[in-house]
Amino acid sequence: MNRSARSRLTAAALTVAAVTVGATACSSGSGGTSTKAADGGTYTIWDPYPQFDKSSAWAKLLAGCGTEAGVKIKRTSFDTSDLTNKALLAAQQDNSADVLIVDNPVVSTLAEAGVLTTTDDNKLDTSQASPNLLAAGQSGGKTYGTPIGANTLALYYNKAVLKEAGVDIASVKDWKSLTAALAKVKAAGKKGITFSAIGTEEGSFQFLPWFWGSGAQLTALDSDRAVSALSLWKTWLDKGYAPNSVINNTQTTSWQEFASGDYAFSENGTWQLANADKAGFEYGVIPVPAATGGDAAAPTGGEFVTIPVQGDTGRYATSQKLVSCLTNSQNLLDTDTTLSYVAPTTEVQDKQVAANPNLQPWVDAVKAAKGRTSDDLGTKYPKISEQLWKAVQSALSGSASPKDALDSAQSAVK
Amino acid sequence: MKHTTQSPDRRPVQSRNGAATAAPPPARTTTRRRPASQQWAAWAFLTPVTLYLVLFYAYPLYRNIDLSLRNYTVRSFVQGDAPFTGLANYRTVFDDPTFAPALLHTVVFTTVCLVLQYAIGLALAVFFHQHFPLSATLRALFLVPWLLPLIVSASTWSWMLNSDSGIVNATLHAVGIDPVNWLTSPSWALTSVIIANIWIGVPFNLVVLHSGLQSIPTSLYEAAALDGANAWQRFWRITFPLLRPVSAITLLLGLVYTLKVFDIIWIMTKGGPADSSTTFATWSYQLGFGNLLPAFGPGAAVGNLLVVAALVFGLIYVRVQRKQAMS
Repeated sequence: MNRSARSRLTAAALTVAAVTVGATACSSGSGGTSTKAADGGTYTIWDPYPQFDKSSAWAKLLAGCGTEAGVKIKRTSFDTSDLTNKALLAAQQDNSADVLIVDNPVVSTLAEAGVLTTTDDNKLDTSQASPNLLAAGQSGGKTYGTPIGANTLALYYNKAVLKEAGVDIASVKDWKSLTAALAKVKAAGKKGITFSAIGTEEGSFQFLPWFWGSGAQLTALDSDRAVSALSLWKTWLDKGYAPNSVINNTQTTSWQEFASGDYAFSENGTWQLANADKAGFEYGVIPVPAATGGDAAAPTGGEFVTIPVQGDTGRYATSQKLVSCLTNSQNLLDTDTTLSYVAPTTEVQDKQVAANPNLQPWVDAVKAAKGRTSDDLGTKYPKISEQLWKAVQSALSGSASPKDALDSAQSAVK
Repeated sequence: MKHTTQSPDRRPVQSRNGAATAAPPPARTTTRRRPASQQWAAWAFLTPVTLYLVLFYAYPLYRNIDLSLRNYTVRSFVQGDAPFTGLANYRTVFDDPTFAPALLHTVVFTTVCLVLQYAIGLALAVFFHQHFPLSATLRALFLVPWLLPLIVSASTWSWMLNSDSGIVNATLHAVGIDPVNWLTSPSWALTSVIIANIWIGVPFNLVVLHSGLQSIPTSLYEAAALDGANAWQRFWRITFPLLRPVSAITLLLGLVYTLKVFDIIWIMTKGGPADSSTTFATWSYQLGFGNLLPAFGPGAAVGNLLVVAALVFGLIYVRVQRKQAMS
């Protein structure tokens, strides 16, 4: 009797022990990303480049910068869309990474949350970075990081398709001539243009060059100029110059359509350059034209290197060394070449163009580009952007006219 | 391995046992000692499941309710000092222009999916119950949609339904029907995600109902056949009534699965265009994670509405089952 009771107890205690062991295993597992659990000599870096594994040049660069600063580096990469929430959660637990690399429109959100240190605190030198790029990381007169590289949007065109349709690319200077070119392409039995108008930030990102190119401002979504930009897209869909699938296209699917070789134009980013070379046809790049000629300002993409707030302020000095190492000219050149980005400093941009003259239109586009959170929009931008992509979707899918869609967008922002 | 792990673990057990037996006052008799230690054992057995429930169910649920009752901005989320605002988030959600369409879509999506999944599943189950040659193989093939990861099946559906290059429109074109903007027109988007979800849900209904059919004694059918009942009568008088308990649990599980369907809609349409396929599940995600500036409070509020809806139907089920057990 006693024996069986004891053996039952043994089993129970074993279960408890197993559960406790399991629980501690779990907690140490989640503590893997924690900085506090690490010893003093380990610094954590979070980046949105999960495509680079341990053997990549990027990972080696991080490790090298760590060695230079005399510390060990623990790198964790997240999907871009995950990183904002992960960074917020980590900050809530006072568990932020030492160096955080985030998409530029997120910087103002994290700054608003009090997650990031300013350059006054962390003594980061941002004087080399181009002011139009740096602006995305500034709000209220303070700077919260430094750009590691930039990308933006432009129009890729398929030389063969344009030739067949009898379009001279030099004639495409404004919306009118672009629409005329699309009409010629369609008449020649080819397809016009692809872009991404999906109901996420990507949709707003792709619409912005046209929105800004019309002269509209993000503070007034319902202006006549804004309506003219949305009407342009709507006309293209109605006339069959752009496929109806753009409403659901991500930038990747839109690129796949262009890569099929049937389309004359594709609005896409710097990061597709490597794929463009593989596409198997001759292509060219022009900046997105503004409504009445000239180049439209395209939104800047690309990440910022930031230093999150730490309980132990003594860590900033080393973090600053790490960031300076990552953003010194030689390393910027290497990193931005790997990422297919345009460098954020003129010095490195010149080197990039010297190495690859095809980059010239992109460097020009980046110089003309504008941060989405610039103009001191900061955390107002995400709300505006959400309404903007909704308006684009409503108008293109035909559930509202461009005017009505933008009117309700503007009233929803307020 | 086993020996080395067991011997150190045994020691704490003995001390625990000692503690347990030492706990009752010495005045107690030996006969009363044993139930006490058994009770300890019972508690020890309960601990894992209690811990599990508290850690993985009660606490997250509490946090979600807490989130929905406070005004979280990104700043207060990080600093943890969000002011308590009572039901303000729920009011925001109810007043939102998305609320009415989202509610309607959730109800339509859930009802249509449930009814069709159940009807098709039952029809197939009865069909496969005939045990014709290859029926087992065919039935296994029907399970494929269920075994595929959702992201694969949803992506495949969205390719097939693509307005310009999808196979569905190509087929329609071949038979002379105008292409339909399945995913990009506000009048078709909800239908498209419903079709995809029914396809994914049928195998589940098929499997559960088929196993339910097997528990119906064949003697009943034989007796009915002798009495002159035709196939239709046999289905409505025997199969359907005797399948009722299985049907109830299938429908309840189906309801919970369908209410929370998120992946399919998100991958295929992102709830769009213009909210035309937004349900509570996608809306909750959109609020909490779909924007650069997350609105945790309202997002959690929508999530809680979903939890309450599932809970209500769960309680109805328990009640109905109790009634059935009593009768």
